[in-house]
Amino acid sequence: MPATRFNPLPGFGLTMGYTLVYVGVIVVLPLAALLVRTLDLTPADFWRLATDPRAMASYRLTFGASLAAAGVNALFGTLLAWVLARYRFPGRGLVDALVDFPFALPTAVAGLTLADLFAAEGWLGRGLAMAGIQVAFTPLGVMVALTFVGLPFVVRTLQPVIEGFDRELEEAAATLGAGRWRTFRSVVAPTLLPAVLTGFALALARAIGEYGSVIFIAGNKPFVSEIAPLLIVIRLEEYDYAGAMALAVVLLAISFLLLITINLLERWSSRFRR
Amino acid sequence: MSIELHQVSKEFGGVAAVRGVSFRVNDGELVALLGPSGGGKTTVLRMIAGLEAPTAGDIYIRGQRVNDLSVQKRNIGFVFQNYALFGSMTVLKNIAFGLKIKRWGRRRRAERVAELLELLDLCGLENRYPHQLSGGQRQRVAIARALAPQPSVLLLDEPFGAVDAKIRQELREWLVRLHSQLNVTTLFVTHDQEEAMEVAHRIIIFSTGRLEQMGPPREVYDQPANEFVARFIGVMNVFESEVRGGVARAGELEFPAPGRPDGDRLRLGFRPYAVQISADPAAYRYPAILRHAFFLGVVMRLELEMPSGLAVRARITKEEYTQLGLAEDAPVSFQIRQFRVFSRDDAAPAAETAVS
Repeated sequence: MPATRFNPLPGFGLTMGYTLVYVGVIVVLPLAALLVRTLDLTPADFWRLATDPRAMASYRLTFGASLAAAGVNALFGTLLAWVLARYRFPGRGLVDALVDFPFALPTAVAGLTLADLFAAEGWLGRGLAMAGIQVAFTPLGVMVALTFVGLPFVVRTLQPVIEGFDRELEEAAATLGAGRWRTFRSVVAPTLLPAVLTGFALALARAIGEYGSVIFIAGNKPFVSEIAPLLIVIRLEEYDYAGAMALAVVLLAISFLLLITINLLERWSSRFRR
Repeated sequence: MSIELHQVSKEFGGVAAVRGVSFRVNDGELVALLGPSGGGKTTVLRMIAGLEAPTAGDIYIRGQRVNDLSVQKRNIGFVFQNYALFGSMTVLKNIAFGLKIKRWGRRRRAERVAELLELLDLCGLENRYPHQLSGGQRQRVAIARALAPQPSVLLLDEPFGAVDAKIRQELREWLVRLHSQLNVTTLFVTHDQEEAMEVAHRIIIFSTGRLEQMGPPREVYDQPANEFVARFIGVMNVFESEVRGGVARAGELEFPAPGRPDGDRLRLGFRPYAVQISADPAAYRYPAILRHAFFLGVVMRLELEMPSGLAVRARITKEEYTQLGLAEDAPVSFQIRQFRVFSRDDAAPAAETAVS
């Protein structure tokens, strides 16, 4: 007698086993190795390395700029997704394809282009410099690069949700006397919010991990425009493995907490679906 | 009058969906817009609501021309075919939505919502989300939400289309009861003639964007304005016939056609109820074989086959069926009590002619 319950879909054992091995090897193993290596450090050493003022400045920049960039993308990416999903206009196909560009472009190319564009003599940099705004080699530049790489995540998450949105809901609100703004606020926005949060989380995750496009435009001045991943590389080049590890663990922990928070928010915002 | 349309037309990209439609719905009336799919009836409803703008013509609600009045200001209640409930709001918030927009005070709002929950038998479901409700419950929430701000007219688009047959029957009874309690002018779209007959005071029949006939259910059944209405409301046998010597012939069937010239082609129709039938093959004028008898509940639908192969549909009660001693595949005879002539140009047909 077989001990397992009959399942009409075959292959559960095989696929589940494969999934666990895959996740174990690709995700859990490297993370575990990282944590194990930091055990070589005494808590005091770890704390000293992890809270070094230069490291603290880099965390602030990485997480601050990433949150800001993801926020900007959540707002304008939603707008872009709305336009692409709702309207038919000449050149729509081109705009739609361009959105994917930051996905495909090698990050070094993006970084080089942005640095050139926003440099003091660059096309955009010149104009901005006259207005007293410096982008390249400042935290603002870091944010610009992170916004660039995060955009497709928000747009591509929201587009299908907006396309699937029932227009009758808007008409129903109108027949009940609601104007456009009220309809958007009370009917459309709550429906889109979970997807906006998902897009925000993806853009944020990408921004925290971004390296290539940032280092060109950031100028990498310690305490000012030096991102945490770059500081890890610098530590490694100094053969300071312990220092690099400590930074990595802090990045890992904060990223993990941020993603869990967003996940909970997402769950709360879609509570009406369950 | 509550709703009036005057020569209203609507084109979508050069294609006419509604052509010169005029009608009135009186205060407190319950009226059905009936017609096959794609006949333009939903478009008419949406134009009254202000969700579409007419290409030509005028629409009045309570005597006021509303062509240039936005949806928001028309004070109509609209129930969508797929309910269109706000998924992120509870039942309570869905119903209160219109009241909030109209800035009703908290107390009045709560009272009104409680009243509607009671009226539509939704008590206990206040805090559910739409996806946690059954189809019938969703439909009732949609009706409650539309009625909450006390609209001057209630418009429903295929209100019973998306639920199963039993719930549909329940909802029909709801609508009739609700209407007699609230007396709000109600216009609903349906493609189901039985539904229209059962629920509405008057029926407006549409086909291909044109108004074919408007009248009480009894009238459109007994005096259809044309062949389309006759065939759409109820069942009808329709035959093409040719006149010879004052008699119109369709197969073995013969109908008096005095004064019609020879060679004239006439379309003739008669209801299945107008067929009188006997188990005695010689009792009536036409012999036939009873091919099939379908049991429909109270009535039986019979399919008669004449020697030439011509098929005639008849309906009798199941008591009559037993009394007459009919059986499938047995020879019978029948006669036709009344028939009507449809003119070629679809103008109003002559009154029914009795055959003696």
